[in-house]
Amino acid sequence: MNGQAINTILYLDNVSVSFDGFKALNGLSLLIEPGEMRAIIGPNGAGKTTMMDVVTGKTRPDQGDILFDSNVDLTRLDEAAIAELGIGRKFQKPTVFDHHTVCDNIELALANDRRARTQLLGELTPEQTERVDEVLNTIRLSGHAGELAANLSHGQKQWLEIGMLLAQDPKLLLVDEPAAGMTDAETAETAKLLRQISQNHSVIVVEHDMAFVRDLDVKVTVLHEGSVLAEGSLDTVSKDERVVESYLGR
Amino acid sequence: MIVIRRFQLIALALLPLVALVLTPPSAAHADTLDALVQKLASGGFSARAKVVDELAATGDERVSAVLEALQGGDLFTRKSDKRVFITRSAGDELTLVDPISGQQAGTAPKSALKKIRVNNRLRRAIRAALGSLTLLNPDPAKRLAAAEAVFKSRDANALAALDTAIAKETNAGVKRALEEARAAALLYSDAPETEKIRAIAVLQTRGDRDALALLLGLAGAGKDAGAVAEVATSSAAVIERNLAAWNTVQNIIYGVSLGSVLLLAAIGLAITFGVMGVINMAHGEMVMLGAYTTFTVQEIIRLSAPELFDYSLFFALPLAFMIAGAVGIAIERGIIRWLYGRPLETLLATWGLSLILQQAIRSIYGPTNREVGNPSWMAGSLEVGSLTLTYNRLWIIVFSIAVFAVLLLILKHTRFGLQVRAVTQNREMAGSMGIRTGRVDALTFGLGSGIAGIAGVALSQIDNVSPNLGQAYIIDSFMVVVFGGVGNLWGTLVGAMTLGIANKFLEPFTGAVLGKILVLVMIILFIQKRPRGLFALKGRAVEA
Amino acid sequence: MTSVLSRSLNRHALAFLAALAVIAVVVPVLNLAVPETSAFHVPTYAVALIGKYLCFALLAVSIDLIWGYCGILSLGHGAFFALGGYAMGMYLMRQIGDRGVYGDPVLPDFMVFLNWGELPWYWYGFDQFWFACLMVLVVPGLLAFVFGWFAFRSRVTGVYLSIITQALTYALMLAFFRNNMGFGGNNGLTDFKDLLGFDLQSDETRAGLLIASCVALATGFLICRAIVTSRFGKVIVAIRDAESRTRFLGYRVEAYKLFVFTLSACLAGVAGALYVPQVGIINPSEFAPANSIEAVIWVAVGGRGTLVGPAIGAALVNFAKTWLTGSFPEIWLFVLGGLFVVVTLFLPKGIMGLAGTLRGALSRFRLKAGGVAVGEPSTKAAE
Repeated sequence: MNGQAINTILYLDNVSVSFDGFKALNGLSLLIEPGEMRAIIGPNGAGKTTMMDVVTGKTRPDQGDILFDSNVDLTRLDEAAIAELGIGRKFQKPTVFDHHTVCDNIELALANDRRARTQLLGELTPEQTERVDEVLNTIRLSGHAGELAANLSHGQKQWLEIGMLLAQDPKLLLVDEPAAGMTDAETAETAKLLRQISQNHSVIVVEHDMAFVRDLDVKVTVLHEGSVLAEGSLDTVSKDERVVESYLGR
Repeated sequence: MIVIRRFQLIALALLPLVALVLTPPSAAHADTLDALVQKLASGGFSARAKVVDELAATGDERVSAVLEALQGGDLFTRKSDKRVFITRSAGDELTLVDPISGQQAGTAPKSALKKIRVNNRLRRAIRAALGSLTLLNPDPAKRLAAAEAVFKSRDANALAALDTAIAKETNAGVKRALEEARAAALLYSDAPETEKIRAIAVLQTRGDRDALALLLGLAGAGKDAGAVAEVATSSAAVIERNLAAWNTVQNIIYGVSLGSVLLLAAIGLAITFGVMGVINMAHGEMVMLGAYTTFTVQEIIRLSAPELFDYSLFFALPLAFMIAGAVGIAIERGIIRWLYGRPLETLLATWGLSLILQQAIRSIYGPTNREVGNPSWMAGSLEVGSLTLTYNRLWIIVFSIAVFAVLLLILKHTRFGLQVRAVTQNREMAGSMGIRTGRVDALTFGLGSGIAGIAGVALSQIDNVSPNLGQAYIIDSFMVVVFGGVGNLWGTLVGAMTLGIANKFLEPFTGAVLGKILVLVMIILFIQKRPRGLFALKGRAVEA
Repeated sequence: MTSVLSRSLNRHALAFLAALAVIAVVVPVLNLAVPETSAFHVPTYAVALIGKYLCFALLAVSIDLIWGYCGILSLGHGAFFALGGYAMGMYLMRQIGDRGVYGDPVLPDFMVFLNWGELPWYWYGFDQFWFACLMVLVVPGLLAFVFGWFAFRSRVTGVYLSIITQALTYALMLAFFRNNMGFGGNNGLTDFKDLLGFDLQSDETRAGLLIASCVALATGFLICRAIVTSRFGKVIVAIRDAESRTRFLGYRVEAYKLFVFTLSACLAGVAGALYVPQVGIINPSEFAPANSIEAVIWVAVGGRGTLVGPAIGAALVNFAKTWLTGSFPEIWLFVLGGLFVVVTLFLPKGIMGLAGTLRGALSRFRLKAGGVAVGEPSTKAAE
């Protein structure tokens, strides 16, 4: 096993994916340490979402290694198995279960036995019910527990989705543009929420909004044309000439 | 080689003017002939069979009338003078005809006549005799038929007649057929081995299924000396190989023909389903509308201007396109546009429409099949080797490829096509760039439906026109589109051809129905493997 | 167990079960005990007709379980219905014994007619009622399991799945039309005499079959209710609304789908098995894709995702069909076609949705007048 992979929560080495000749990821390598929060930025088409797809098992890489927790090969597992290992994902567009109540949404995400058999007969334990309430509090939606998710505002849906990730209690969270479409106040709240989460989870945040990334105040990786262009603090990378060039275009 | 020969045969069949001039029979000859015919009146069955053979050996044209009468039970002897007459029924009496001169010789009551009886053995002799007689008929088409008859009967008795005929024959095609007949007859006679082996070579050149059966019979019989059986076996193997090759060619051509029908039926669907993502279960009914348009156009032409009948399809094509297209646009504006993003609901609503359209047509035109005629330029068939290809099938292949090409051009090289592709790929973006997406949707749907309409014109030429016409094609069409991959016209082409050819290759082994079932099962399994078809679009956009 | 029952039985469910109980008691009594001269007498043909509607209702409930709750639109559920029917039909054929036209003690008439020497292996065991009953569940269930295993594992979804289920039933129809399949070709199986020794023509047997259909429908309904109100039910609704999200939460979507699909096929098989003795025939036209799609519209008319609605929809649409094809045969297809269009465009929630809207309007009206609106938390998943 590659020595570099030791003591990482996520390890990507030379990962490539192409769609009909278009290279969405091109030899991407990335290391995330346990407990770390990392922001990933990059212009459109840089491969940010595809990177999340390969990590969560939605897309299979053409080549390269992806290891979780230093030793689990993610390229051989499907979405459900990867989720059960402890990788949670929040989509770019908020996807919550519209026809379920807020409470049920959290309940569905709650870490427990996912097998159909147990779901058929099992009931929630008191501890689990308590945990649902706790999460509802964290995402500031206790007052809406009985409401259908469809009736929430856009920002509330984003939070609900983050809440679902919390309930899932993954070791690693992949968060895709959490601040998209939010008001400034909501954005600031979201940043606060993520910092809170990162205290006991590893988190990867993909974001366009520079103010938001600055709020997060973490190490930044810049993707461009499917591979890493620069890495470091936001200030360092924003001074990097290649980064500026890639954002401004040639 | 075989191809050329066959063409000559056709040319020959079409040109009966190339007649052989036979010398008129002399009077003296007539006397001996008459004597022979009179012999039929006496003796037992075996004696009569001999007379029949002798009659045949004269090679005289007039003999056939006598033999046919004998065969049909119309040959009688007059009890009073034992003379033989051919008779025709005329009321209670029978008209007597002189067998040689063919002149009427009065009438006689049935009681005054005695029928010349035949038994099965005699019938066989008569058939063989008639066969060898027609070998000399002035009409080459008849001679050809006679040669074929001898080929099938393998009657060794005909050998003498065949030799005479071959010597006289001037037409190359007929001559070859005669030689083949002679070879066949020879193989079943007690001719010497060397001659038989030469005969086998002749049959190998013929190389069709009949020759193969004959040779296989010879190879399996084992009664002959080893050499003949051996040569027959190896020749049969050669023929089998050739036939297998022809068979493959036939399967491919028939498969392409079926594939082009599927392509026509499916290509409109490839646009509405493939490009727009709309499931139109009423697509088959658009095809049906096209077929009924053709029927209506033909009816009007038949009543008002029958001389235009050959051009009826040219009137029907644009009309069918416009009618089906207009109905399609109406469906899109009236129903489908309210259901975008809800594909399952679209499916159900359009299914309902298909029921309504079917019932409407049933109410107007009746539930039974309507006959749509082929214009004369589509009738008939082309023979290539051992294949027979009807012109209407060939025209449909040409037509479907033309439709495909035009459609491809429209989508690739026109402004409308560009807009369609833009809307397909990113509806909001296209909308914000000033493309009126609603209009593009309606027109695209109209285009797909219109093409289904002209497919109906084509299908009316080869299939029954009934209210259920569309239903017969809808599942196959969906299979083609799903198999070929959505959003790609080339996929539809490949899908249609693959399914057509696969069907035709399976049919000989499994029968048509089981073949179709197998193809369906294979597609069901294939979709499991490649859920998005052969030519699927890949990438992030697909699942959005 | 009690908790499962209590959460399964909301007001709608109770009302529905009560209505079934009433049908099961009242219809046979009015048929058997009330003299024919009485205005309250229910004629025997009506008993058979109601029995048929009950079977269709069970088929509709089975479709609703997968379509209404899990978003799987099967256009081939008629295949499972017909397979269950054939399994029962095979038992009934074997029961004829030597009373057939040809009097062969073992071979059904059509096999004698086709000069078959002996019974094909797959007809063995069907002389036993328990075996036939087992096959009623196993054959549709197994087909659904195998088909679903391939389809769901490869993530064939949406219209693609609908189209291949349609192709599946179409292929089966073609297969069953073939004489050498050994299922009676296009004539199918018919001329049944008796079931478990009871004469199928007698009024008592027909009443018994009606009661059995009521029980089957009630049981099937309760099983579906228990599932959709469980945590499992929440997961399948989640799959319906956001499949990949559910997958990223760690649920094995294919396992869930496979379970409901197989169960649904078994229920459809039971419906078919009860249908056959009541109509007296099963033939390959039951596999026709059009039949399966028609069954889907019953669900849509009743209101999908409600279980009660589809059962009502099935009865209503089929009542209309019986009436119209009898009185105005030309307009039936216009009506059916129109139903498809109108329901999808204007009544996406069907009759149940319409009733809900009306009740909502009514309760708002009452609220103004000082009444209290009654919430219905346990139906939230169904909307």
